[in-house]
Amino acid sequence: MTYEPVIGLEVHVQLKTKSKLFCACSTEFGAEGNAHTCPVCLGWPGSLPVVNEQALKLGIKAGLALNCKVAERLKFDRKNYFYPDLPKAYQISQYDMPVNGRGEVLIETKMPDGKFVEKKIGITRAHLEEDAGKLLHEGIVDGSLVDYNRGGVPLLEIVSEPDIRSAQEAYDYLTALKAILQYVEVSDCDMEKGSLRCDANVSVRPAGQEKFGTKVEIKNLNSFKMVQKAIQYEIERQIAAIEDGEAIVQETRLWNDTKSATFSMRSKEEAHDYRYFPDPDLVAFTLSRELVDGIKKTLPELPLAKARRFIKEFGLSEYDAYTLTEDKKLADYFEGCVKEGVSAKLASNWTLTELLAVLNEKKLSIEASPVPSQKLAGLIRLIEQGTINGKIAKDVLGEMFTSGKTADVIVKEKGLVQVSDTGLIEKAVEKAIAANPNAVAEFKAGKQKALGAIVGAVMKETGGKANPKIVNEILQKKLQN
Amino acid sequence: MTDLCSLTLKEAIEFAKKEGAKPLVDAFQKRAETLNPKINAFLRMVPGTAGTGSGIFRGVPVAVKDNICIEGQEVTCASKILIKHVPPYNATVIEKLKNAGITVSAQCNMDEFAFGSSCETSTFGPCKNPWDLTRVPGGSSGGSAASVAADMTLAALGSDTGGSIRQPAALCGVVGVKPTYGRVSRYGLIAFGSSFDQIGPITKTVEDAAILMNVISGHDLKDSTSAPEKVPDFTQSLKRDVKGLRIGLPKEYFIEGIDPEVEKSVRVAADLYKKLGAEIKQISLPHTEYSVAVYYIVAVAEASSNLGRFDGVEYGLRVPAKDLREMYFETRDQGFGHEAKRRILLGTFVLSAGYYEAYYLKGQKVRTLIRQDFEKAFKEVDLILSPTSPTAAFKIGEKVADPLAMYLSDIFTIPANLSGVPAMSVPCGFTSSGLPVGMQLMARPFDEATLFRAAHTFEQETGIYKKKPKL
Repeated sequence: MTYEPVIGLEVHVQLKTKSKLFCACSTEFGAEGNAHTCPVCLGWPGSLPVVNEQALKLGIKAGLALNCKVAERLKFDRKNYFYPDLPKAYQISQYDMPVNGRGEVLIETKMPDGKFVEKKIGITRAHLEEDAGKLLHEGIVDGSLVDYNRGGVPLLEIVSEPDIRSAQEAYDYLTALKAILQYVEVSDCDMEKGSLRCDANVSVRPAGQEKFGTKVEIKNLNSFKMVQKAIQYEIERQIAAIEDGEAIVQETRLWNDTKSATFSMRSKEEAHDYRYFPDPDLVAFTLSRELVDGIKKTLPELPLAKARRFIKEFGLSEYDAYTLTEDKKLADYFEGCVKEGVSAKLASNWTLTELLAVLNEKKLSIEASPVPSQKLAGLIRLIEQGTINGKIAKDVLGEMFTSGKTADVIVKEKGLVQVSDTGLIEKAVEKAIAANPNAVAEFKAGKQKALGAIVGAVMKETGGKANPKIVNEILQKKLQN
Repeated sequence: MTDLCSLTLKEAIEFAKKEGAKPLVDAFQKRAETLNPKINAFLRMVPGTAGTGSGIFRGVPVAVKDNICIEGQEVTCASKILIKHVPPYNATVIEKLKNAGITVSAQCNMDEFAFGSSCETSTFGPCKNPWDLTRVPGGSSGGSAASVAADMTLAALGSDTGGSIRQPAALCGVVGVKPTYGRVSRYGLIAFGSSFDQIGPITKTVEDAAILMNVISGHDLKDSTSAPEKVPDFTQSLKRDVKGLRIGLPKEYFIEGIDPEVEKSVRVAADLYKKLGAEIKQISLPHTEYSVAVYYIVAVAEASSNLGRFDGVEYGLRVPAKDLREMYFETRDQGFGHEAKRRILLGTFVLSAGYYEAYYLKGQKVRTLIRQDFEKAFKEVDLILSPTSPTAAFKIGEKVADPLAMYLSDIFTIPANLSGVPAMSVPCGFTSSGLPVGMQLMARPFDEATLFRAAHTFEQETGIYKKKPKL
């Protein structure tokens, strides 16, 4: 029998605010333990929460970017449970009147054949809530410590519909979601710093069956790749269990990355009764249309729209367009090059391969690139004009990184201008032919590849500066004689 | 020196203008030393620069209920679970008192976490009624009311969730105001029922209440439920004139079970108002009978959540145990008294999956109906007059074993908290055995001014407030 997986994701992103959701404490990451705390986020008796307007605005902005219906009226609720990282013994969240209702994300998902297919993933809701603190166990013999710096930091929980059908789709959805949220600058979406967290709900059902199978929630997923791996594992585990005649139990399972497997954490019976009820400290309020419309006006072009424009306007491949637009800064960089009037295809190639390779090697982000887009465009222009060839250009790019000089200057200073003088090249070719009789013989015997050795010799002779097109022309002519 | 202690707040301010507040502070200190062992109204004196304040108050002393946070000073809610708890910040009302130049001199006994109507659930032992030391002062702000009645302080702040200012004020023969919900900031008040709680003054005269209301009222950005309403000068409303005021007597408040002497006092008060030119109307607040039930669903639901934080992790009592779960159990078991546990259990129950709709949600709906009762009534009348409590002060221990009987002592005060309207209790007479009786006035939201006008008129006409307990 074939089975169809049904997947929904719950994603928590930290909203990029200076202060916490209900108090003025800093949200800065990495401070000394409990440095960023006050009576409010420590839940001291008598303290009261006040909603951070900036967090609310960012929440709305995210919702708009995810095509959500922004609520007209919203409220906060208390989710009650006991745990030392939760100082009030309740988390302020949103239960039945979330800031963002139904929405959707269009993704381009890569099929096994490498082709991209458009898919719509529904968003159930995206609501505001406060983060909890962090328990520290390491190095403590009798007990644990709690760091409440993270407690009260604003989160947006984005719940997807069970529209996802494969581990790859889940990965693509997360990639698209992250790109959108970064574009609208509501979150850094940095999983390492915990500013994006993801839980997955996975079930399987016989293909064609309408009723959902029993779902299992997977936690402890620390990267998109882990999400993908864990979902794939869970799909296979559930199918195998069903095939063996076992029933799937509704439970929460933890992903163990070292063992590459999920393990049961708690069953449905052990699940909490959170006793949600409206937080009486934060009365329900109405959002003005002007506020929402004002935020809508600030939305930039979103990743998919940008990718589609790149394909249409610049003739880029789907792969290049999606890759460039995953990161707004990369897309902006690319467009910065194109604006300088150079070929979009060359700009895309040079940005995605050569530039990123050097940046990765130097562990630099695109915005910290010592070579800004105008300068890369300058290099590309030299290639287009035939002043230098591609091989020299790579060296020049390396030099641009270290010296900060423009391609023009480097080429002039180092005398790297491409040799297009046919007389000079002809001499070099003749010398190369004379020095490589074996290669010549092989080529004449029909072995095209042998040409490479001769071209290499010509390049060596000209210090790599010979125009490869002219070298080829002359060489072909000479050898055919 | 007893003379100084019998001054009203208003008189004390005049005195302090000339002589400074130091003699006042000393006199009250001395009186408290003598009387507190008998009455148990104060849990602690607040050390510090007593009597040296500036402003119009010049440092005159006022006591506060022990659920209002004072920076650097132990605050316990009269609960074992909070003993030695020292808040790192001031409640907004404390800031306001200090800024006005008032000395916060003492912290008053109360029912544990304000759960009670008799001040008997305090972990520090019951507070006693200055008019009869075998009787309760009412609650939960029993210490605040008793200390004012016993001239142990000029005035006090209490908090009122279902009558916790008005009922003890009535039982102790003093004035108590529950402001409109949102009028006074709750920041720094250790919460019981967050959508009900209001801090208010307990004073010897209506004028003193108006003076303190001027100090503590106003919008506070730290409290999202605080109202951005303009605060009038309440002392301007202290006119001896009720002509044309329409005063309603709700028929649901004059029911069986009410002490005939209490009812009579209130009826006599209504007659006096009529004589003074007010119009007395019979009105109806039809959903009154559900008030106590709704209150004991919604308020305890909020309380159960509000009290979750007392878990032994960050502050207050922690009973060491073998693991986290046991630590929670032991701490909360040993830290909370019976009534607190009863309310936490009730509140947890009504919020539980499967019961939420039947209890909490239904309760909220009925609360809306009760609010609408008041909206309708206030189209016909400007004020509502009723008894504050069905009886005068009862004996210590009388209702301890019968929580339902205890809950009914708040039957007339709870509706104002459910609807958010301002209400106050004013002494209106005495029973034949000499126990004070209070009447309750309720007004439209944010119309405390009309309360003060009517209460002041009555007080000045009758002079009841002048009678003091013999101690």
